[in-house]
Amino acid sequence: MTIKEIQNEIVEEFGAFSEWMDKYAYLIELGNDLEPFDNQYRVEQNVLDGCQSKVWLHAWMDDGKVYYMGDSDAIIVKGIVALMIRALSGQTPQDIIDSDLSFINEIGLKEHLSPTRSNGLVAMIKQMRLFAIAFRAQQV
Amino acid sequence: MPLNIPNIREQFPILESVIYGKPLAYFDNAATMHKPRRVVNKVTEVYEKLNSNIHRGVHYLSNQATTAYEEARQKVQLFINATHSHEVIFTSGATGAINLLANSFGESYMKPGDEIIISTMEHHSNIVPWQMMCKRRKAVLKVIPINKNGELILEEFDKLLSPKTKLVAVSYVSNALGTINPIAELTQKAHANGSLIMVDAAQAVQHIKVDVQALDLDFMVFSGHKIYGPTGTGVLYGKEKLLNEMEPWQGGGEMIKTVTFEETTYNELPFKFEAGTPNIAGCIGLGEAIDFVSELGLENIQSYEDELLDYATKEFLKIPGMRIIGTADNKASVISFLVNNIHPFDMGTMLDKMGLAVRTGHHCAQPIMDFFGIPGTLRASFAVYNTKDEIDRLVQGISKVTQMFG
Repeated sequence: MTIKEIQNEIVEEFGAFSEWMDKYAYLIELGNDLEPFDNQYRVEQNVLDGCQSKVWLHAWMDDGKVYYMGDSDAIIVKGIVALMIRALSGQTPQDIIDSDLSFINEIGLKEHLSPTRSNGLVAMIKQMRLFAIAFRAQQV
Repeated sequence: MPLNIPNIREQFPILESVIYGKPLAYFDNAATMHKPRRVVNKVTEVYEKLNSNIHRGVHYLSNQATTAYEEARQKVQLFINATHSHEVIFTSGATGAINLLANSFGESYMKPGDEIIISTMEHHSNIVPWQMMCKRRKAVLKVIPINKNGELILEEFDKLLSPKTKLVAVSYVSNALGTINPIAELTQKAHANGSLIMVDAAQAVQHIKVDVQALDLDFMVFSGHKIYGPTGTGVLYGKEKLLNEMEPWQGGGEMIKTVTFEETTYNELPFKFEAGTPNIAGCIGLGEAIDFVSELGLENIQSYEDELLDYATKEFLKIPGMRIIGTADNKASVISFLVNNIHPFDMGTMLDKMGLAVRTGHHCAQPIMDFFGIPGTLRASFAVYNTKDEIDRLVQGISKVTQMFG
C-alpha cells in the first residue's frame, strides 16, 4: 500500500469513533500493541527528548525501503508513534520525503503535534524524514 | 471569616470557560493564577486613561501614571511589610528578580571560593541564575538535601554553612511538592553564621503572610502573575543597606543620575535597579491584585485553601494506586501525584479532555524528580476560587483514567 492509501485507511478507522474517549482508548490499544523496541537501540542518540515525554526512534534500510522502530514512555504518544510507523515504515525514502501526513489533522490529533507541545512527537516526525533523506543520499 | 466563594468566582470571567464541552476546572494555579475582572479593568484603564511614560515627564498624564505606579509600589511595601517603599524593586517576575539579584549580588559580594547554598527542591529559576553566577565568579554552589517526605534536612543545612557562605537562597514553598519550608529557622541560622538569605516566595505570597521584617529577610522575590496579577510583573525586595551597596545589573534609562562618556552615576533606590521603561500597566495591575487579596484577607484565603488541600488529599488517597509525591507535615495548596505506572502525560491528556486542567511534567524542578526517581508528576494546585465540587470532578476523572489504563 502507498502512504496515501495507509493514511486513508487510518482516517477511516478513526471515523468510527464519535467519542473522544473511544479514540484515545484506541490509541492506548495501538500503543500497547506496538512491536517491542529492541533494547540494543535504546541509546542516547536515538532519544527524542520532549519536556513531557520521551520518544525513541531507530531506522534502517532494507532492499530500498526504510523501516522504523519506535517507542515512548507515554502510551498515548506511543499510540501516535505506532500510527506514524504504520504510515511510513516499509516505504521508499523518496515517498517518505514526499508524504504530507495529513491524516494527523484529519483524525483530530493535530494538538499533539504542534511545535509547542513538548512530547517528542514533532521531533520524531522530523527525524523520520531526516532518516529518509539520509538513506536516499546513500542510494545515489 | 468564611469567604463567599460563589461571589469570588463571579469575579473571574475565565472560570466560565467550556473546554471540550465540559466546564473548566482549573488546577494549574501554581503555574499561573487567573485574574479577577478588577485587575483586567485596571490594566485597561491605565492604557485608556493614563498611558504615559513615568518619572521624567512634566505633563499631566506622566504625573498621573507616575503616581499610580508608585502607589502600586507602596501597596507591595505594605503587603510584605517592608520598611521603605524603595526597598521594593519591580521586575518582570520572580525569575527576573533572581537574575537581577544573582548578577548584582555576585558582582558586589562574591569572591572566588565563596559559597552559596540552595536546596534540592528549588525551581530551576532559583538554581540556574546561581549556577551562572558561580561560574562567572568562580564561586561554589552547595545544595541542602531533602528527605523522602520532601522536607529539607536541617542538620545537613547546618553542616553546609561555612565562613565562606555568602548567601542562602531557598524557596518558601516548593512549587513541585507544596512543602512549606521553615524560613524563620533557616534565616536565624544563616544570620548566626554571618550569611545573608534570599527567599523565593513565588509560591508563598498568594497563600501565606510573608512579613519581611518579622522574618528578617535580606532579600525576597515573588511573581505578580501567581498572585492574581498580570504576567510580566514581579518584585525583588531587599534591605535598603544591601540594595544601596550593590552594583546595578542592567544599565539604561531611569537608572542613572548623570551620564557622560567617561562616567555614569547611578540613580537612587529603587530606580537604580529599574533600567528602561518598566511594565507600568502591569505593576499598577499588580497593586490592584494585592488589594483583591488584602480585601479577602490572606488568612481567610489560607484557611480556605488548607480546607481544599486537606479535602483533596483525603479524596485522592481513596483512589487505588495513588501516590502523593511530597508529604511534608507543612504544605500549601499543591498536590503532586502519580497513579500506578500511568505516565503523567497520558493522565494529563485524558483529564484535559474532561475539562480538568492540571500540570504534568517535571515542573521546572528536575533535581526533585531525580531525587524521587520519577520522570515527572501530575500537579493539582488550588486557588481561592476552587471548590470541593471541582475536586470531586478531578477525583472522578483520575479514577476514570486509571480504569482506562487498567
